[in-house]
Amino acid sequence: MEKVLTKNIQPDLPYVDVKAYEATGGYQGLRKALGMTPAEVVEVVKQSNLRGRGGAGFPTGMKWSFVPMGADAPRPKYLVANADEMEPGTFKDRLLMEGDPHQLVEGMAVAAYAIQADVAYIFLRGEYLFSAERLRRAIAEAYENHYLGKNILGSGYSLEMYIHLSAGRYMCGEETGLLNALEGKRANPRTKPPYPQVSGLFGKPTIVQNVETLCNVPHIVKNGADWFKSLSYTQDGGTKIYGASGKVKRPGLWELPMGTTIREILEVHAGGMQDGVRFRGLLPGGASTDFLVEEHLDVKMDFTEVAKVGSRMGTGTMIILDNQTCPVGMVRNLEHFFAQESCGWCTPCWSGLNWAEKALTALEEGQGQPADLEHLSFICNLCAPGNTFCALAPGAVEPLQSALKYFREDFDRHIAEKRCPWSSQ
Amino acid sequence: MLSPEELREIESEFPHYPNKQAVCIDAMKIVQKHRGWVSDENLKDIAELLGMSVDELDGVATFYNLIFRKPVGRHVIMVCDSVSCWVMGYERLRKELKNRLGIQMGETTADGRFTLLPIVCLGACDRAPAMTVDEDLHLNVDPQKLDGVLEKYK
Repeated sequence: MEKVLTKNIQPDLPYVDVKAYEATGGYQGLRKALGMTPAEVVEVVKQSNLRGRGGAGFPTGMKWSFVPMGADAPRPKYLVANADEMEPGTFKDRLLMEGDPHQLVEGMAVAAYAIQADVAYIFLRGEYLFSAERLRRAIAEAYENHYLGKNILGSGYSLEMYIHLSAGRYMCGEETGLLNALEGKRANPRTKPPYPQVSGLFGKPTIVQNVETLCNVPHIVKNGADWFKSLSYTQDGGTKIYGASGKVKRPGLWELPMGTTIREILEVHAGGMQDGVRFRGLLPGGASTDFLVEEHLDVKMDFTEVAKVGSRMGTGTMIILDNQTCPVGMVRNLEHFFAQESCGWCTPCWSGLNWAEKALTALEEGQGQPADLEHLSFICNLCAPGNTFCALAPGAVEPLQSALKYFREDFDRHIAEKRCPWSSQ
Repeated sequence: MLSPEELREIESEFPHYPNKQAVCIDAMKIVQKHRGWVSDENLKDIAELLGMSVDELDGVATFYNLIFRKPVGRHVIMVCDSVSCWVMGYERLRKELKNRLGIQMGETTADGRFTLLPIVCLGACDRAPAMTVDEDLHLNVDPQKLDGVLEKYK
């Protein structure tokens, strides 16, 4: 199939400089966009059915359409690339930034033009130092070649682009937490509304968009919405960078048509399970998605189809549970992460997730009681969408509630045997 | 007192933001790069430079796990404890590191060579378990490879 996002990326990740990027059609999307009106750019992205690749799947063009436009719009306006890749089990944006950094720069420039942003930030994980080095180089080259800065390619449109290297915390991946972090504050979430499109960074209209989403944008503008939709097997347009980690033969990342089945990703691309272990389940797109099991392997990986079976595609990078790994231990690891990363802003999250971790630890250590399982179910309800400021807690209980459903007998065994049945392995 | 080099680096961030407070995380990271951590005195100096109260700045400092408010060793080891690395052998790796260094997570060796910390997912899940030492990422780290990795950091 046609590789779009990864066509320039080689396995050993040589730097793709501006000339090499241009040689395969790079910056033609930006050139074309600058000849269109901002509204036309928004419209083609809307028509393409591009949905946000950070996990939530919000329609990208629709998000942009909420930004105030015209002479009366508040200025400056901002575009922020959410490059704070910290969803456990997710490693796709790193590949895009290290392997083809100009693609992100171009995507940001086109998106910024569409909303007439004045300043663009890349909010980058503090640990992604190699990405930072590559992006700095690419941004410098883009300025030299008039793809950034004042009067881009003689169009009259100007854009400044900066990198902000973060200092940690999962909360920074949450859109409004990220904006607080960029303002030099604690990354607590903000009340919505107002939405960032209207009042975001420094109180000005702001779009926050995942790296992979932005990387798609120049290709859509260059080749059209119909082309983009034709890449996909389903209604959600485009290709997707899927991944797999855990005890599979070939863990890694693959760019495939949106809507490729879980089975194809797992069995063909990841090579199936390692010898001696059996498949038990998977988190389809990062730590904050519900477990799926054997019966779901033929589900198509897109936002719509995975939701139909009670989970989310999330980031599209799957984490595989095998039969030699304790599902309760795995969920304990996940809830430890979420309890630690809770910003402490609202009670169901900071209290509930810590209690969940405690109950799971008790189960793992052979101290579990039947009432602990009821308590865990209670916490799942407590942290349901609508009870918290942001999506951290609802996401945190997705693997927990689905583990209680699909691996209930394993929870019961921990209680009956007063130990973790996997502990001797 | 902040060094001229630190001041120069912090001030070079000012044009990127509409106000000085927005630079505070960058400023603390710059100081930490030069000194290994951010002391109370450094905090006061940065707060004064940026027009913030010390409490406000410390509230920001203590939110972020990559800002160190206590001294660390010459080299900082961060071991990924998130789910893919956990499945692929994080607990064995942590045990091995604690044994070799003779410290618990969060502690520094008596000779000041290493500080050992947990870190969340490093985005290297296909080559788990992963850890960083200072700015270097080490992949597929099994206990057998540890000596070779640690040897490089004196």
